[in-house]
Amino acid sequence: MVLAPADRAAVLALWRKLGTNVGIYTTEALERIFVAFPSSKTYFLHLNLSPGSAQVRAHGQKVAEALSLAMNHLDDLPHTLSALRELHTHKLRVDPVFFKLLCHCLLVTLARHYPGDFSPNMHASLVKFLSHVISALAPSSGQIGSVVAEGSCV
Amino acid sequence: MLTAEEKTSVTALFGKVKVDEVGGEALGRLLVVYPWTQRFFEHFGDLSTADAVMGNPQVKAHGKKVLESFSDGLKHLDDLKGAFAKLSELHCDKLHVDPENFRLLGNVLVVVLARRFGGEFTPELQASFQKVVTGVANALAHRYH
Repeated sequence: MVLAPADRAAVLALWRKLGTNVGIYTTEALERIFVAFPSSKTYFLHLNLSPGSAQVRAHGQKVAEALSLAMNHLDDLPHTLSALRELHTHKLRVDPVFFKLLCHCLLVTLARHYPGDFSPNMHASLVKFLSHVISALAPSSGQIGSVVAEGSCV
Repeated sequence: MLTAEEKTSVTALFGKVKVDEVGGEALGRLLVVYPWTQRFFEHFGDLSTADAVMGNPQVKAHGKKVLESFSDGLKHLDDLKGAFAKLSELHCDKLHVDPENFRLLGNVLVVVLARRFGGEFTPELQASFQKVVTGVANALAHRYH
């Protein structure tokens, strides 16, 4: 089992609470990564990246949908995310570090908006969930020579 | 590394930080979220659950020490390597801590600040703090280079 029952339950409960607002937070995570880690903008040079950009919002919504999809297919992530993996790894050639930084910015965003829900256990469950998503999306992120330890989000 | 404006905004926010609480929370979360880090703190006693970690008085005390060092670092942003030389020697030569763990703790601290300061922790302020935690992590890892 990819995610232990307690971690699944925690993440699903939070996602239910976020409801239709997931896109708002994934958009904020994108806005944060562009400011805090400016080299990440290299993948989005074709978009208007100014604050409040509708194009960034649209991409944020896509990220939200992918995460919700992942959440509903936790036992079959590699297959579920295969098209997105193909796109991001082979077509767009996104550095796996970018996904880790985006995860970190999403954690910052969720902590900022849901301080009461963001307990240490919830923090741990989210990191585990997001690490599995990254592994399915960017399999090379865990290969020998990679600086970041397996299982860590950033 | 940081502009004058960034230094001002970082110092201003950090001035509002309750060093003992935030330090304890950051270290505690590191131990809960990245459990392999517990190996450096086995002598701290009960770390078996998240509640045990977060309530552990030694975790809180050490967290406070960590954040006090961080605070001192903020006064030496132009010479972090110098400011953290002794701590780098301790963590690298004596304790053999993998430098990746310094980056993890830095990012956990950023998450804790976001949780505590909410809307005040804007993307711009986050960006400034990311520069600081990266600088501190690099300074602590300096002995490996």
